[in-house]
Amino acid sequence: MKDKDKMMWSNIKKRSAKDKIVFGAICFFSFLSMIPLFLIIWEVVSKGYKSFNWRLFTQVAPSSMDALIAKMSGEPIPGGILNGITGTLLIVGIAVLFTVPLGLFVGIYLSEHRDNKFARTVSYLTDLLQGMPSIVIGIIAYIWVVKPLGSYSALAGSVALTIMMLPMVVRSTEETLKMLPRSLKEAGLALGASYTDVIFKVMVPSGFGGIFTGILLAVSRVMGETAPLMLTALGASVVNWNIFEPTSAIPLLIWDFYNDPNLVDIIWSASLLLLIVIFLLNWIAKIVARKWKI
Amino acid sequence: MKNRLRMKDRVFKGLLFAAALTILILTAGVVYVLIKNSLDAFQTYGFFGFIFNAEWDPRSDSEEYGAWSFIIGTLFTAFFALLLCIPFSLPVALFNGEYFKGRKISSVVGSVVDLLAGIPSIVYGLWGFYTLRPIVIQLGVNASGFGIFLASVVLAIMIIPYASSLSAEFLSMIPNTVKEGAYSLGATRAETIRHVSLPMASSGIVAAYILALGRALGETMAVTMLIGNTTNVPSSLRDTGNTMASVIANQFGEADGLKLSALIGIGLLLFVITAVINLIAKFIMKKLAAG
Repeated sequence: MKDKDKMMWSNIKKRSAKDKIVFGAICFFSFLSMIPLFLIIWEVVSKGYKSFNWRLFTQVAPSSMDALIAKMSGEPIPGGILNGITGTLLIVGIAVLFTVPLGLFVGIYLSEHRDNKFARTVSYLTDLLQGMPSIVIGIIAYIWVVKPLGSYSALAGSVALTIMMLPMVVRSTEETLKMLPRSLKEAGLALGASYTDVIFKVMVPSGFGGIFTGILLAVSRVMGETAPLMLTALGASVVNWNIFEPTSAIPLLIWDFYNDPNLVDIIWSASLLLLIVIFLLNWIAKIVARKWKI
Repeated sequence: MKNRLRMKDRVFKGLLFAAALTILILTAGVVYVLIKNSLDAFQTYGFFGFIFNAEWDPRSDSEEYGAWSFIIGTLFTAFFALLLCIPFSLPVALFNGEYFKGRKISSVVGSVVDLLAGIPSIVYGLWGFYTLRPIVIQLGVNASGFGIFLASVVLAIMIIPYASSLSAEFLSMIPNTVKEGAYSLGATRAETIRHVSLPMASSGIVAAYILALGRALGETMAVTMLIGNTTNVPSSLRDTGNTMASVIANQFGEADGLKLSALIGIGLLLFVITAVINLIAKFIMKKLAAG
């Protein structure tokens, strides 16, 4: 009898020890998973903060030759990434202009027609577009825009980014509107408001937080996209505001710097700027989502 | 007045429908241009001839293009990355969706891991090149550091947030009463996870990992910077290679004629593979939501 008790106790002890080990291991590996983020941020900040100055925002990327000359005479590399900053603003800005109205309308349509076959097909296709690799999107925009216009252009880059952002904006709009109570819409209609007014003056403002968060996150996601822009916007060594001309962007400049040993010194400040903007957008999205929570 | 109102509504509803229709047209357009522009390569080598040919030779006197080495390179890196990411993403999922469900610390860990998804691919590439590559060389994987191994490690880190956040969501949906049943029978927490939580959330977790795999398959820049960009069928982790995405990124710029068509053909194959992977995951999730 005593022996049996002992055995049971040791068994329980074993099991509880095992339980603690599992818990410890899960905590350990979870914290381990967070380390890469800090390592990456540390690398970018520690290497990039030195040349993170006003020149970065006021001068275009240096040529390889200028950088080499500066390097040989022991001076820091001249120039900044102004052409990349303006290019990113231009390309992403136009993409937002394309995406927001279209994505909003598709999202409204999907939230208003839940059981219709066409809407379900559109919903599936939105998932399909969302999973499409960015390089394939680059090919599409190349064939659709670059080939017919005969030149790489900011517009082609915007089309590529639009295809990337559209599914995200559609999904967030649809999901936000679906969460709104039915009574909200019914109350509007009962008061005699037209369908259009109910959507734009009741539903969309009520879901503003979710919709806006979706747009911000979509922008932050495409901000650092490089592959599709390589096939569409190509890059330029000057500031360009013409949407039909090849245009640079911050990630494209990072790619150029990576491939040119003379320019490698400013790669980190360019990356730092990109990370700051992306994290800032994520942070604002979080605040908006919290503030306008349904 | 009433008629005018109705007219406005009708126009608005028409616009909504037209917007939804553009998604349909967009997708049809994507499939159409990919097929049309790759037809040349598929007709020259035959559908299976193009897929299963490992030769990629752009020299004009012996020009020959096949996708096989890139298909293998893609599957090799993506699956190895998936394998590497499990021991990290599953604990994160359990941490957030089970042990500290709804607590402050889980939202902190969740946000930090989610930020990993916000870092651009090209920055991962830089980090892999400057920080991880020297380590890989020291480990003696190969002389240059570039290759399947380095690319997979970075890919694994990149897909952790995709795998973990969705898995955590499915784990947190398990009703407490079910777990309490197990506790009342004397099961420890670990045993409850092993015998109740994980089996119950298994199909959701599988869907999360399939989606993460889809991400890994299509990832471009980081892989392009780290895999070595050689046209051979990789046979071990030490080998260099190319994925479907990286060969397009590398060679699209100067390509024309048959080569361009072959690259677009690879793009079409990549599109089909990721589409199938994503639809399987979405199908599992829709079934879960309905059941």
